[in-house]
Amino acid sequence: MSVAEIAARVRAGQSSAVSELESSLAAIESRNSELNVFLHVDEEGAYRAARAVDAAVGAGRDPGPLAGVTVALKDNMCTRGVPTTCSSRILEGWRPPYSATVVERLLGAGAVPVGKTNLDEFAMGSSTETSAFGPTRNPLDPSRVPGGSSGGSAAAVAAGMTAVSLGSDTGGSIRQPAALCGLVGVKPTYGLVSRYGLVAFASSLDQIGPFARSVADAAGVLEVIAGHDPLDSTSLPEPAPELVSHLDDGVAGRTVGLVAELLEGADADVVGAVRRAAEVLARAGARIEEISIPELHLGLSAYYLIAPAEASSNLARYDGVRYGLRVPGENVSEMNERTRTEGFGDEVKRRIMLGTYALSAGYYDAYYGQALKVRTRMIEAFGRAYERCDVLLGATAPSVAFALGAKTLDPLAMYLSDVFTIPTNLAGEAAISVPFGTGEAGLPIGVQLLGPGRSEARLLAAAAVLEGSR
Amino acid sequence: MSRLTREEVAHVAHLARLRLSEAELERFTEQLGRVLEHATDMNELDLEGVEPTAHPFGLINVVRADQVRASLSRDEVLAQAPDVKDGRFAVPRILGEAP
Repeated sequence: MSVAEIAARVRAGQSSAVSELESSLAAIESRNSELNVFLHVDEEGAYRAARAVDAAVGAGRDPGPLAGVTVALKDNMCTRGVPTTCSSRILEGWRPPYSATVVERLLGAGAVPVGKTNLDEFAMGSSTETSAFGPTRNPLDPSRVPGGSSGGSAAAVAAGMTAVSLGSDTGGSIRQPAALCGLVGVKPTYGLVSRYGLVAFASSLDQIGPFARSVADAAGVLEVIAGHDPLDSTSLPEPAPELVSHLDDGVAGRTVGLVAELLEGADADVVGAVRRAAEVLARAGARIEEISIPELHLGLSAYYLIAPAEASSNLARYDGVRYGLRVPGENVSEMNERTRTEGFGDEVKRRIMLGTYALSAGYYDAYYGQALKVRTRMIEAFGRAYERCDVLLGATAPSVAFALGAKTLDPLAMYLSDVFTIPTNLAGEAAISVPFGTGEAGLPIGVQLLGPGRSEARLLAAAAVLEGSR
Repeated sequence: MSRLTREEVAHVAHLARLRLSEAELERFTEQLGRVLEHATDMNELDLEGVEPTAHPFGLINVVRADQVRASLSRDEVLAQAPDVKDGRFAVPRILGEAP
């Protein structure tokens, strides 16, 4: 059932938020031990939210557009009094004293947050295997990864545990797992959704967005969580855009750029799906232009210097003083070092060291400084493409879901899973992954639609055309 | 650019307050070296005179109205700390002197 249908039924008293919650909890109960999707199920908080929705309906008040819609939250979003771990030992047991703005907005719209989902530790990874609490498995084939870093949130929706979920996307962490789990995933324009209460990884790249089973569901959730927040100084100043009312806008008269670099190195089944998607858009009235943006090649290098640099600074706060883990030491610096050495996993250590190196005296200009200039060139290159095209089209991930353990020994190979998604984050722009066809072993393929900043309505409308052709 | 050395990785680990075993030092030096080697592709592009971008949009000097308002509850915040003394965060000794 769609988000709009669930909310309509709950608002009309034909269903209740509590019964929606009960089916969600039953689905979690049946598959969570196998798939390791939820790190924490907040039954008490969820029942409280669901009962409040039902009480509002009973009293003749409107609980909001997401009435009774169950939501899973990636465990890097703060929930007051409810454990928030970032899948790291260093935050084990921490209960934040406040909730993220997105959580407050969901509650305000009648949604029911059910619990916190597994992720790569501090969102650093592309398979959810760097979690300190074990990997999440792909519900469509448990021998494979769900993608990452928001793999738990993707798996929650793919396994029918919740109607929708939220993830965060720093270099593809919503779009890539959406592709690997057969879902719609949106990376909104930087600043469209408040980051207040999202534990920082790379602050100039991080952005929260939805996972959903349909384009309309994703639009409905994004409308609720988007819009200015005075608590996030990087939040865009304007109110949330209208998205749902534009879903049927179609692509007639639009120019769609099929980007060569967003297909390079992808498996043949993925390339085939993207080309078929271009044909579908053409039949719906779009003009397809084959284009090349060579600067996209350099996105990976720039990203793996900028994101670790920002992370090394952001993660300096985990020092064993104010919250989370403390491993005792003789003096404060020994305590800091022991806490961080025991609290962080290998991937987080790698990125902290990479970032510290890129920012250190003697290397700053050669690495971090160069990467920031590449970022400028990337933004300019996208800008030129958007002078000719309304939307760009490419693959989301180079392959369908891969086997657990396939890339864990080779960090660079894992990093390459993000090669098509990273450029959008560097540019601060918007992109969507939408399921389109299947590939190896019948697993879903995601195609990616990219647009300039604030183009979500246009991208969702194009995604709806692809969805409607299935 | 010259290849990343073990000594550099050990130095960076110390700066980041991480302790590495010999085996970790070996592994991380190799892995990080490969990522940095990949990054040399940035030199293909002529970046002379290009302005760096630290942030995607040019929002500057975002300030709120200077009004007193509620902040987090001190008790709730301190309840999450590993060690607290007299309403403050407590840490082991900082300098050489006895506590």
